[in-house]
Amino acid sequence: MADIFDAYALADAWDEMFERPGEVRTAYEPVLAALQPIEPSELRFRADQMARTFTDRGVTYAFAGEERPWPLDLVPRILDALEWDLVQRGVSQRVRALEAYLADAYGPARAFEDGVVPWRLLLNSPHFHRAAQGIEPVGGVRIHVAGIDLVRDEQGDFRVLEDNVRVPSGVSYVIENRRAMTRVFPSLFAEQHVLPVDGYAQKLLAALRAAAPDGVQDPRVVVLTPGPNNAAYFEHALLARLMGVQLVEGHDLVCRGNRVWMRTTRGEVPVHVVYRRLDDDFLDPLHFRPDSVIGCPGILGAAMAGHVTLANAVGNGIADDKLLYTYVPDLIRYYLSEEPILPNVESFRPDEPGQLEAVLDQIDQLVVKPVDGAGGQGIVIGPKADRETLERTREAVRKDPRGFIAQRPVALSTSPTLAGERMAPRHIDLRPFAVNDGSDIWVLPGGLTRVALQEGNLIVNSSQGGGSKDTWVLAEGPAEPPPPAPGTAPLDIAPRQHGPDGSPTVVQEGAQQ
Amino acid sequence: MNDVILSRIAEALIWTGRYVERADATGRILDAYLHRMLEDPWRDEDAACRSLYAILGMDAGGQPCDMQRVLDQLAFDARSTASIEGALGAARLNARSAREAVSSEMWECLNSTWHALADQRLAARRTGPYAYLELVRRRAALFFGLADSTMSRDDSWRFVVLGRSLERVDMTVRLLSVRVLDAAHAPDWPTLLSASGADEAYARLYGGFGDTPRVAEFLLLDRDFPRSALHALTTAEECLTALGRPRQDPARRPIGRMRTRLEYLDLHALEEQLPLLLRDLQTACMASAEAVAERFFPYQGPVEWAQEGAGR
Repeated sequence: MADIFDAYALADAWDEMFERPGEVRTAYEPVLAALQPIEPSELRFRADQMARTFTDRGVTYAFAGEERPWPLDLVPRILDALEWDLVQRGVSQRVRALEAYLADAYGPARAFEDGVVPWRLLLNSPHFHRAAQGIEPVGGVRIHVAGIDLVRDEQGDFRVLEDNVRVPSGVSYVIENRRAMTRVFPSLFAEQHVLPVDGYAQKLLAALRAAAPDGVQDPRVVVLTPGPNNAAYFEHALLARLMGVQLVEGHDLVCRGNRVWMRTTRGEVPVHVVYRRLDDDFLDPLHFRPDSVIGCPGILGAAMAGHVTLANAVGNGIADDKLLYTYVPDLIRYYLSEEPILPNVESFRPDEPGQLEAVLDQIDQLVVKPVDGAGGQGIVIGPKADRETLERTREAVRKDPRGFIAQRPVALSTSPTLAGERMAPRHIDLRPFAVNDGSDIWVLPGGLTRVALQEGNLIVNSSQGGGSKDTWVLAEGPAEPPPPAPGTAPLDIAPRQHGPDGSPTVVQEGAQQ
Repeated sequence: MNDVILSRIAEALIWTGRYVERADATGRILDAYLHRMLEDPWRDEDAACRSLYAILGMDAGGQPCDMQRVLDQLAFDARSTASIEGALGAARLNARSAREAVSSEMWECLNSTWHALADQRLAARRTGPYAYLELVRRRAALFFGLADSTMSRDDSWRFVVLGRSLERVDMTVRLLSVRVLDAAHAPDWPTLLSASGADEAYARLYGGFGDTPRVAEFLLLDRDFPRSALHALTTAEECLTALGRPRQDPARRPIGRMRTRLEYLDLHALEEQLPLLLRDLQTACMASAEAVAERFFPYQGPVEWAQEGAGR
């Protein structure tokens, strides 16, 4: 029988499923056992069927101007309880440190006075908004939702690749991936004790309600979207629907007297918490880009006056700047007096004395990233770049050292991925999502695993043609069935009634019921 | 928490209801006409097609009409909301912009219908438009069935049903108008009844095919048939009553007035009153729709692109 794993040749990286050729990691044994006997054509059939379901349900994303079904690979990515414990603690620690940094940067600025972070890092940042200074967030929360990108290096250790604390997106795909996988491989879930992901919306709603301005008894939460033409509109709508709150566009809101209202069929109704999925720049034409038509004029004033909470807070961009990233381990030690649980990828700061030369010299061995790039744009991978690109990058970095960081290339771990009708190793990363309600930072068990679908490619963004995998976090030990409740009375259920069965046979004795 | 609806969403909901009903009704009309033309080879295709255009309030233009042109314009033209595909496309866009207000199943129904239409349109070139038209009918029924079984009976649901009801009155009136105003080129009564999906219900009541007053009476005044003008008006009025509070509701008044007029109509005078009655019905529906817009969606926002001429 054909085996889809026959031709699986490990790449030069940590493989998630196989320790060495033919030797599967414990957590993956049941999955391999389930996948192996499936004929390639059957696997393809299931993949196509899943794609069609995604199209019908509108779970799509825009690629090169075309609406494509969300690309979900059939092989899940599995994390056992120990691995997840580490990830969860590391992510939550990271978010706590970044919260502390934001509070400090928009407040007493101790870290700058103490020389942990240079002043210019703050003052040069395009995301430093004076408008955000003096907004005292409810419960001290500025990062209500965070997405921390992780990769696994050659040794199998998780490392942080970047922090997203502005408008991290992708969580809807975690929810949709799980829903699709339980349909395609129902039996696998029954055996595996995978931690569920469908609690996200309730956690998010609770955190958003907790962030409401003081004194509001029953806060009204809304999701603010740029509209149906935005690439993440599907996610905005899903979150609004799962939370049972309104999905508003900028022109549904009106600000008056430093308060925010929304226009409804029953008049204007006050709004207290805005989970906004717009960048700062577009949020309020009075403060930021005056040409933004998707924002709401006056909303920032209302936030400053403390009448409405914006989640995430305005000005968070100073904390996920890629240059700041290089300081986060120091910030963890400084604010939390803890050692970082998850290490960074080894990084260089060209704008620091001495480092510029070092970066320029070995640029062909480094990955160079613009500090405010998004979606994998502008990244140059030294070992794979041609001379011309390298020269151009060298020039760009020399001109604007503050605008770039450089990192040691990491061979991201690989996972078996369906390529045509065979399994092939593809590089993956992981974006866990954290929700902060002010007293607890909760990390959704799993997160979005993205796959670089082309062989050898290291950039996994979906805007660059990447795919995704369902991420399974296994529960610790086998789940025990709940004990039967003591003393329950036997169920008193009436028998079902039946009408005539329509058969032409004449029933002699009375009417059947 | 969704105790109120955004004005924009309400507008999207009412148009979703309208467009799905429009696609359904247009599909039924086309189906009945096509069927009739096949059964009766002596009919004048050009004249029949022209009366179709007239029903749907469109200009047939100078060149001769045939069924293919009718289908291209009234079924397959995605750019015009007067065609089935355009109406369903606009319904999909409206439902998409109200995705947290309609149920997922309703949205998926419209979305998968939209994706299925393309295939079915290609098939229609080979095997004729019946499968296409049937798909439209079934999906419209599925959509409203899902609305009935998955939406709470709150204001959101009422806006969907209100849109459907207003469009339904409009389409029924259009059908009758052609027969009444241009009998020579109009469809005969059986065609007309089946275009309203009413042939079987009518036959059950009257036992056969009748004359103008009878059919008009059925399509306008039957209390129990869901596509009759009276039934649709009553439903619209119920929605408006639940939605509104002011005693003098400018949205409800024209509808309520027409409903009473129909209820107390002197049946002997029906035939001679018909032209006036049909015109008044249409005016009443338009006045009500405008008043609804003024009252519930009182601003001009950039949502209008989703309302008319929704292209891809």
